[in-house]
Formats: sequence, structure tokens, C-alpha cells
Amino acid sequence: MQRFSFLSLARNALSHHEGWHRAWRSPPLQDAYDVVIVGAGGHGLSTAYHLAKEHGVTNVAVIEKGWLGGGNTARNTHTIRANFLRDVSIRFHDVSVKLYEQLSRELNYNILFSQRSMIDLIQSWGKLRDLRRRSLAMALHGPAYDLISVDEVRRRIPAMGDLAGVRLPPLAGMAHPDAAMARHDAVAWSYARAADARGVEIHQHTEVTGFVRDARGRVTGVETSRGTVRAGQVALATAGNTSHVAAKAGLSLPLVTRNLQAFVSEPIKPIIDVIVNCPDVGLYVMQSDKGELVIGGGTDPIPSYRQGCHVATFEDVVASLVELFPRFKALRMLRQWGGAIEFAYDASPIISKTDVEGLLVSTGWYGGFKSIPVGGLTYAHLIATGAPHPLAEAFGLDRFTGLRFLLEAGTVAQR
Amino acid sequence: MLQISCPWCGLRPEGEFVCLGEAVPPRPDPAALTAGEWASSLANRANIRGLHAERWWHVRSCGRILTIWRDTVSHAIVPAPASMAAPKATP
Repeated sequence: MQRFSFLSLARNALSHHEGWHRAWRSPPLQDAYDVVIVGAGGHGLSTAYHLAKEHGVTNVAVIEKGWLGGGNTARNTHTIRANFLRDVSIRFHDVSVKLYEQLSRELNYNILFSQRSMIDLIQSWGKLRDLRRRSLAMALHGPAYDLISVDEVRRRIPAMGDLAGVRLPPLAGMAHPDAAMARHDAVAWSYARAADARGVEIHQHTEVTGFVRDARGRVTGVETSRGTVRAGQVALATAGNTSHVAAKAGLSLPLVTRNLQAFVSEPIKPIIDVIVNCPDVGLYVMQSDKGELVIGGGTDPIPSYRQGCHVATFEDVVASLVELFPRFKALRMLRQWGGAIEFAYDASPIISKTDVEGLLVSTGWYGGFKSIPVGGLTYAHLIATGAPHPLAEAFGLDRFTGLRFLLEAGTVAQR
Repeated sequence: MLQISCPWCGLRPEGEFVCLGEAVPPRPDPAALTAGEWASSLANRANIRGLHAERWWHVRSCGRILTIWRDTVSHAIVPAPASMAAPKATP
């Protein structure tokens, strides 16, 4: 791997930047691997990296039906945070935030990590109680989540309009200083580059069309659009389409796929330097480094794989936005998109073996961008050792059999 | 915006309805099942990419719960395919 540094930049500048290598290879597809990871998004690539780094498993292929990082990794709104309610969720995401803090250095790739705080605006007494409880739960584990006054909210978000006439007047705010954003493409590319350097192969434009099973029903490989590939284990990291892919192995999962949309405005001068989240009305807004306002809300309320625009949800989000930020009425929206995200039955992630031997799943990620480093770390541990990582013991599929649900909801989705 | 056909009210805008998700068969008798089968009957969904049967509740009007067939990729609502009977509603 060609390392990036000031020296290498200067050296390559002298040779007109013609000496840079490709960030990862495109080797021919082999007949067999120890592990095949389906899906070259953030989670798949992070898993491959940790398999190679912590467990020395390098005979690994990451196969992807489209292009690398082109699924939900490209469609999320790049927010990283650890304000959850359940003990296991807080610990899990706190580790993820800490891994993100070190990621640029660890992978020698600038992911434009920007730790800028998230302010939750509270507009109902029920939400105030709910988030106070969340704050106390988090105090047991470390990440800060502090109650702040409306005056403090106004001081930190001066772009907000006059709150006197707002239909649901804000009561207070919660500040989560660990919250951050990072460039999503760079996260996928940096993991791809680092995994490739350790021997992992990445195969784009290779769609899984079925599974190879032995006489006992064990999965021993995958049928792809480029031929059959045998594998010791097959690990799915196919955000949004996990039910669809797992059904080819006869597996049914506790998942529902829905559309989560986001949109960005034309770029403007810096006006918001925190991530603003309004759980009562279903709205979040932040400003990207390019100056665009990144705006989103809750998921569309119907099962969907369309990755499009559900107009009713779009209208809800925009109405909430201009109520709190009347000056944004003048902004034009540059683009809108949707991502197909999977909800598990209890809205917590699933990192687990399945009833089909040799087939593993990592799914149930909504807002999975924030979990990419720790999701890869724990999934790789499960693949390599056969036992769940201590951080992810509660995320097995067996929790549904035991009715040990981990009821958790996103701060935006929950209303 | 979807337009959904209610057996009482005719074609009505989506905003009058609440989507109850994929149509699932009636709950089986838990005593007749293993723990795993019972848990999967509670939580597992086919989550089909394509045409599926789903239930809608006409909550802001007549209150009726109905089943439609909708494509989860194109969102097109189509008549029930003759070859596929919708699972019966939970009593």
C-alpha cells in the first residue's frame, strides 16, 4: 500500500502525480476462498479489514453486485453518535465513536472526521422524560448527553428563527458532544484500501444469484453472475437486501425494508456548526463541509425497496424545517435520494450465525454508518472464532427465540 | 401518493390510511409449536422485493382493515393475482 503523507505528496508532485497507484487491485475471481463476504459497503469492507488484521484471515473475497460503497454507504447522512438507551447499544456505539476518532490515522486515509456535537431539540414533555432517561443510562457508560436550556440551544444554533410562534415550542435540548460526521465515501474507500493491502480481494459487479449447498444443507459457496465460488463461510453484509438474498438459501429473517430519504440544499456560507435533531417533529439538519444543508427525517411508513421519494414524508420534514428555521424557505434543494434500510423486529442490529450452517448475517442496521468500525470488528470476530464478540453477544438471532428483545429506536424515527 | 381502493369508500388517498405492513397468516397455536417456530411466526417476515400482500387500515375514515397487493419496488398496486391467495386476516 502506497502510504499517504506530506512527503509522498511532495514526491509525487515533482513527477506530475503520475506515480500514484490504484487504491485497490482488481484480481481475477478465484474458485474458492475461506470467507466470502457479500456486499462491499462499509460493513462488508470493515469486516474484511478486521478479519485480516485481528484474525489473520486473508483468503477473503468481498463481492459486490454494483460498485464499492454504492449502496447505503453512499446514501446515508454520515452521522456518528452513541446516544442510545440500552446498555449494550450504548457500549457498542461508544466503541464505534472511539474507533472513528482514530480511523484516519489507523487507515492512513483522511475520512474528514468532524466531531461537532449533536443537539436534540425537545418539544414535548414525553420526549423530555424519554431523553433524560437516555441521558442517565448513558452516564453509566461514559458518553455525555447533557440537558441544556432553550437559551443555550438558541446560543448554539443562532440560525434558528424566533421560537415564540412555533407550534410546538422547544422546552429544552440535549447536547451529545461525541456526535460527529465523516465523509462516507472515504470510509468505504479507506477500508477497501487497507483490506486490499492485507490480501483481501474485492470483486465489484459480481452479483450473488444463489447458494451452493452440500448434502447436509450447509452453504459451501455462492453462485454469482461470474461463476461459482466455493467458500468456507459466507457472510452477508447486504444492507437493505438481506431478506432477498437470504431467501435464496431458504432463510426467513425478522426484517422489514423501508425507504429512508434525505435531501441537500444548494451550498451556502457556514450557518450551522452542530447536528440539529428534532425527534418530536421528525427532522434533522446539518451543514456539510461543502456548505450544503443535509436534511432528513423519519423513514417512510410502508415496506419499500424503491429508494425514492415518498412525498408525504418529504412534506412533513420540510414543514418541520421551515417552522423552526423560517429563513431556510429561501433555499432551493439540489437533490433528493432514498436508501433501503432494514429494521429488525426490535429495531436493534443482528450480527449472527443463522439456521443455515455456513451462512452468517449482519443486518438490521438503520443508521448503520455510525456502526461501520465496530460492526466490522464484531462481525469479523464471529466469523473467525465462531463465537460472538463480547460487545455483540446480545445481537444474535437467538434473542428472538428467547424473546430477549432489545427495543431500541432511532432518535428521529421514534415519535 | 398512493391511491388505495377501500371496499366501502372506493379509491381514497393514502393519507387516510395507516399501513399495517406485510399480510401475515393468522397466529398459530403456540402450544403446538417449538419455541423457534413460535418465535419465527411472531417476528419473521418474507420482506419480499417485488409483489406482496399487505394490510392497510382506513383509520381516518370507515375504519376497515383491507388487503392490497403492491409491488415494493415500483409501488404499483395491482389486483390480487389469481395464483396467489392473500393470507387470511387475523381474527
